[in-house]
Amino acid sequence: MPKYLLIMRGTDESNAALMANIDELMTTTRRLIEEMDKAGVLLAAEGLDDPDDGVVVDFSTETPVVTDGPYGETKELFGGFFLLDVASKQEAVEWAKRVPSARGSKIEIRRVPGSDEVPRVGE
Amino acid sequence: MTGTADVEAVWRIESARIVAALTRFTGDFGLAEDAAQEAVAEALVSWPRAAPANPAGWLMATAKRRAIDAIRRRTALQDRYALLAADPPVDEEIDPDRIDDDVLALMFISCHPVLSPETRVALTLRVVGGLSSEEIARAFLVPVPTVQARITRGKKTIAAAGVPFELPSAAERRERLGGVLNVIYVIFTEGSTATSGDRLLRPDLAYEAIRLARTLAALRPGEPEAHGLLALCELTAARFPARTGPDGSPILLEDQDRGLWDGSAIRRGLAALAKASPRGLGPYGLQAAIAAAHAAAPSVEATDWDRIVLLYEALGRVAPSPVVELNRAVAVAMATGPEPALAIVEDLIAAGRLPGSHLVPTVRGELLARLGRRPEARAELELAARLCANRRERSVLLRKAATLS
Repeated sequence: MPKYLLIMRGTDESNAALMANIDELMTTTRRLIEEMDKAGVLLAAEGLDDPDDGVVVDFSTETPVVTDGPYGETKELFGGFFLLDVASKQEAVEWAKRVPSARGSKIEIRRVPGSDEVPRVGE
Repeated sequence: MTGTADVEAVWRIESARIVAALTRFTGDFGLAEDAAQEAVAEALVSWPRAAPANPAGWLMATAKRRAIDAIRRRTALQDRYALLAADPPVDEEIDPDRIDDDVLALMFISCHPVLSPETRVALTLRVVGGLSSEEIARAFLVPVPTVQARITRGKKTIAAAGVPFELPSAAERRERLGGVLNVIYVIFTEGSTATSGDRLLRPDLAYEAIRLARTLAALRPGEPEAHGLLALCELTAARFPARTGPDGSPILLEDQDRGLWDGSAIRRGLAALAKASPRGLGPYGLQAAIAAAHAAAPSVEATDWDRIVLLYEALGRVAPSPVVELNRAVAVAMATGPEPALAIVEDLIAAGRLPGSHLVPTVRGELLARLGRRPEARAELELAARLCANRRERSVLLRKAATLS
């Protein structure tokens, strides 16, 4: 019932370590996704492409400025996500512990509020 | 963040797989379930002191050890048990090739026809859902010992009836699958229109049903009715955020703020419905199609009521029931008018269907009110209130009756 977004973040080093064993990474991830599906909790899961190939749209000025390349100075870029429908935050944490990782990997877990929690006009 | 919550969380994830693998290993469902519960109890004590590196593996290995201990304690050792009792390897891994079929077998055994309906519900939530007896008791407003007794009795019945731990044969499959779908739907219905108590909705319980339905659809992707049931549950649950006011009072469909309906749940429901249709819709698929017709409409007036009437007619042919007839009457009232609808309801009453249910006088009262027969309408709604066990619904009925004086 409560939905949680698992946001995968990694450093250059942790990403390189994971990519060094790409076949194993793909197999483990695929198996994890199957398990999540069969446990009835998986809503969505995607991995993102190379941040160097991305663009950033910056609204700081009158007209938005579009720049090539990864977002800002941060060393822990957003690399992918799982959207899970689980019984509790603790369960989201337990699933997160099963995501393939390397030293420096982090997973941020954020709750998705229900549509009845969004403040309405007039409140 | 280690602590009791972690055991529960891991158990939610692992219960079905561990109990299934253990039942396969021991050949004894009751023994496996006992051993699994003992492992959980042990985890609650020891994990706060020393958290295991592999919680799931720890639970599997501990449960296996408990099972072997129980086998050793049995006085009459048959050959098979003697074999097991002689120091088998206690590894932590679950066989990935067998586990899906074993979890399915677990669903089938917990929903077996020899068990009473309440036991099927309790057992399924416990072994497949990984809920504790306390959670199940809270969900169904019964005392914890009642739930535990149901489960104990259920395991004994399974053993006494010699129910095998295997997937049903092709001949039985349709009927047995229907049994599983029915258990899941009973759980969902209790969560979406609580038959008693103070709260109208129990979204947590509805969620458990949705989760079980998703599991079944993932393990049996070729089964259209599994997708049909999932679609029905998602599309119905999508309306939850709009169904109660801030004080918990029920809001009728015609008064609901459709902007509050859960769009992602609707999308998921429609996706599941698409998978339910390849060979024509079955009973759950038809109900899902009705829910989809509501979900697609911006208002009660703009709803395709003619389509809904057709779907109820089809449903009435493949899965006839007085509740379906009653719902058809409501749809006919919207599509055509209250008079033909009243005729359907009065046929139901004449045939003595649904005696003692508050649903029939509720609908009859509504129709009479629309026809301007106010004193009769009021009497019907007051009768409905007397028959209704849910406090919230009862107050809505009494309020409506009062406006007719």
